[in-house]
This record gives sequence, C-alpha cells and structure tokens, in this order.
Amino acid sequence: MSAISRDDVAHLASLARIELTEQELNDYAGQLDVILTAVASISEVAADDIPPTTHAVPVVNVFRDDVVTPSLDRDSVLDHAPAAEDGRFRVPRILDEE
Amino acid sequence: MSAPLIDFDEVIANFDPVLGLEVHVELGTASKMFCGCATEFGADPNTQVCPTCLGLPGSLPVVNGTAVESAIRIGLALNCSIASWCRFARKNYFYPDMPKNFQTSQYDEPICYEGYLDVDVETDEGTRTFRVEIERAHMEEDTGKSLHVGGSTGRIHGADFSLVDYNRAGIPLIEIVTKPVEGAGKYAPEVAKAYVGALRELLRGLGVSDVKMEQGSLRCDVNLSLRASADAPLGTRTETKNVNSLRSVERAIRYEMQRQAALLTDGTAIIQETRHWHEDTGVTTSGRVKSDAEDYRYFPEPDLVPVAPSAEWIEQLRAQLPEPPAERSKRLREEWGISEKEMQSVINAGALDLVLATIAEGADPAASRKWWLGELARRANDEGVELESLAITAKQVADLEGLVQSGRLNDKLARQVIDGVLAGEGEPAAVADSRGLQIVSDDSALLEAIKAAIEADPDAAQKIRDGKVAAAGALVGSVMKATKGQADAARVRELVLQELGQ
Ligand SMILES: [Zn+2]
Repeated sequence: MSAISRDDVAHLASLARIELTEQELNDYAGQLDVILTAVASISEVAADDIPPTTHAVPVVNVFRDDVVTPSLDRDSVLDHAPAAEDGRFRVPRILDEE
Repeated sequence: MSAPLIDFDEVIANFDPVLGLEVHVELGTASKMFCGCATEFGADPNTQVCPTCLGLPGSLPVVNGTAVESAIRIGLALNCSIASWCRFARKNYFYPDMPKNFQTSQYDEPICYEGYLDVDVETDEGTRTFRVEIERAHMEEDTGKSLHVGGSTGRIHGADFSLVDYNRAGIPLIEIVTKPVEGAGKYAPEVAKAYVGALRELLRGLGVSDVKMEQGSLRCDVNLSLRASADAPLGTRTETKNVNSLRSVERAIRYEMQRQAALLTDGTAIIQETRHWHEDTGVTTSGRVKSDAEDYRYFPEPDLVPVAPSAEWIEQLRAQLPEPPAERSKRLREEWGISEKEMQSVINAGALDLVLATIAEGADPAASRKWWLGELARRANDEGVELESLAITAKQVADLEGLVQSGRLNDKLARQVIDGVLAGEGEPAAVADSRGLQIVSDDSALLEAIKAAIEADPDAAQKIRDGKVAAAGALVGSVMKATKGQADAARVRELVLQELGQ
C-alpha cells in the first residue's frame, strides 16, 4: 500500500493553494510516496528507548532579552511588495471560498 | 439579519448549556515574540516589521525570554502544571494576515496545562463560587491586521481588496483555553463574564499585559452548546469571535443560548461554525463553517529549540507571584467594610486598580468607589470604552474628591469639573477656576437669594414660621435654582430656618 494517495496530494495542494493538473497529481503522488517510504524506514530502526530527534543540536532554552531592535524602513519594505497603498500591503480580496 | 430567539427562562427550562472560553492575551513585552521589533500600539502601519516577522526567506526566529517567563507566571497564577520540556509548532494556513503562511504556536505540548480559576457569581441563593478548569495555556504569536476595502458593507464579503499592516504580527500571545464549563445552568452568561473579569484582574495583577479589551490586548472567543439535560451527550457547538468587552461576553452567550434553543426547539440542527458578535446590534452572525479545510498540519518548529524551564526557575517565579486576586479581594473587602457583592461590582467594572490608585492618592475608599462606579462608569459606558481608558487619572479623581471634602465643590459641581477634565481642560482645580465653579459660601449672597425666595413663596414661608419645617424644601430648592446649584444645600436650609425664626 502506498504511503500517500493521489487524493491526499489533491487535498494538500488545495490547502497550500497550489493548482495542480491531473498529470501532476499522479506524478507527485508517486514521487512523494517514494520519499515517505524512505523516511518511514527510520522508524524501523528507532527503538523505544531512542527519543525522537527535535533538533540537530541538542540544546534547549535559547532566549533573547526583551530588547527592541531597529525595524526595517517601511518604504523599502513596501517597495518589494507587488502592491501597496496607505503604508500597507495591498492584497487581493480574501476568502473567495466562503 | 437577526435569528428567531426564545425566552431565556424557556431555554433554561429545556436545555443545559455547556460553555468553553478561549482567551488570547497580548503580552506587554517591549519587543515581539521572535524578533526585536517594537510592540507599541497605534504605531504607523508597517513601521514595526523586520525580515523575521515578515517571514522573509533566510530569517530565523529567537524566543523572547521575558515572554516565556510571563507565560510561566500566568500558568502558575492559574494553578497550572508547567511543562518541564515543550516545543513550538507550526500551524500552517494561508491567509494574508500571516506572512509566513504559518503561525508559530504550540500544539500538543503547551507550556502550561491543567489549572483552574475560581470565580464568584451572584446567584438567587447568594454568592456562589464556580471553578473554571483550565485545559491549557500556550505561547504563540499574533497576526497582522487587515483592512478590507470596497464592497458595500465594509465587511469581508464584497471587499475588493485588503490592506495589511504587520505591526501586530509576531506580538507574543498567550492563549488560555478552559475545559468545558458544565453545571452553570442559568448562570452560564454570568460565570463566563466573571471568569473573563477575574482573568483580567489576575493578568493585570501579574503585570504581564495591559489587558485592554477594546484595543484587542485581551480577546475572547466563546464556545457554546446546548444539550437536553446534564447527563445527555454534548451538543454541537458554535464558536463566537469578536467578543471584546466583559459585557459582550455575557450578552453573546445569552444570545447564543436563545438562538440555539430556538433552532433545536424547531427541530433544526446546529451547524458547527464560527460566528461573529456584533456589539452594536447585540446579535451573532454566521461566519466560517468549520470544515476539513481547518487542517493545520501542525509540526514541531524546526527553527526553534525546545523550552525546558528548570524546576528552580519555576519555583523562583512561583515565589514572586503577587497576592492571588481572591485573597486580595477578601483582604480589601475587610479593610473597606463592603460586601462580596459590592466588591464583585468593583471587579466586574474593571475598577479595582483604579480605586486602589485613587486611595493611594489620598481619597477615602468609599469616595473612590463612588466616583469610579458611579459618574465615571456612566461616562465610560456612554463613550463605549473601558474605565481605564477615560481621560482622567486616579490622581485627578482624588484631587476632585479633595475639592469636595474641602467644601469648595458639591457633587453636582464636581460632575461639571469631570466634564472639563475629560475635555482636556486641565487639572480639577484649574477646571473649577476657569469654569467659575465654587459653592456659594458667602452667607450674605445666600441671604439675598433666600429673601427673594421667601418673597416669591409667602405660603411656604408662613408654614415654616408656624413650625412646619418640612416646607423648607421648596424654598431651599428655589435658592439652589437661583444660585445654579452652586450653594451648599445644607447651609441654605439652615439659613432659611434661621431667617424664619426656626
Ligand atoms: Zn520583526
């Protein structure tokens, strides 16, 4: 049995707002299945006494002090946006799907 | 727009409400949760943003240590257990208010879990304590703010486009989630309001947030379902958002109970959905239907390392907690000599700290309560703001009371001084000066007005001469009118009686 179905891929694509063709759905389902099966082989060697790895470096509690640092210049930020208005990012109307 | 409702008593007769509350608290840290951007409210749009909170490629988050400390302190104050090891998680969704396309939150490893908060509610049988159990309190970040432009209504539907400000994106949030609150029955709306009120006092006491509901630093979502009886399975719930004042918490629950009961009585199923509360019209309207689309695909945030507070750190924070609100309120009740109910109204009005500050500025407790819960509460209500947002300070209220005590103002004149202070005319004494407000204490000026009043109403004067001193009221009234309320009524009465040989 495959680790991921074509329907799973279609669902994920819709959640990620990615439009995929029928052909792409089939292709990606096959490719993702290979990846997931390979990753799943790790669980075959992981014994109960080995905790899941959270981070490549085994450290905890990396905090910074609550100190304000300079923010970016607004004009240069908005210059990179596809559209801006009144100092704000202008985005297409939201929630078409409602 | 408004749905059919049934009478609240009928709801209670036929259904058992179960509620759940999710409160989001914006922490009062100087900088954001994962970057050093400032968190100041009301700054120009997009002036408090950086690569991290804009989700630009290559940026990396670093946790604000003070925010973690605040989260632990909140958990301890809510009698929660504190996780010895927990992680952040990505909550994945696409919406323009979150530029990273995920919100950094916590999923199955909240930093605080399993606590409770006891709240007092006035019932027909006197004050009753309800225990609201806390399921979890976790750390996350706030989203940006969207302004929807175009369309006819200004609401999301029909908007042509949206303008987004990311100043708020990344501000530390603590989300506090209750377990289902059962057994409140007809007091469900009051229990919810008392819980949010008590939580607000607790957070204020901890100094972790400014807890201003109208500015969104304390936000409440209300889950509500009805079932046929206390032993029936839970009904389908709705989640009402945008409940942004204590009064709305109570009203929104009452409304949802009445709306859901009407549907159920009619044999219609409740739809599991998000609803929006409208403060102005007092109704909720349908928002998003909860569906499979709410599949957030949480996974541990790979860019952050786990948070593992040591037992020593936790105990150190526990030792520094302020006096718990319930104990503080009991102590103050005794000091001020007031009932539980009176204390409850101070707390529910969000006035406790203001009253305490006014006392600290020299006013006595009774007068401090009187101003904040009376005249000032009325002004706040008229303006639709919280008490603490009124343009008058505790010091000014204490000074005002000082002017009353010294005999310069009576309550009526003091209210005019409040008008002036709220209008930005300056300190109470200055307002009294510039508006010429002063009790007329010069007896000769009063006597002149009294003589005129006697002349105008010889019948009343004769009655008093005949010993019917109760008739003095009419003459005192006309003197007060003639002096535009600037006289001391008690002194006028004395002088009237004296003048007429009594
Ligand atoms: Zn930032």
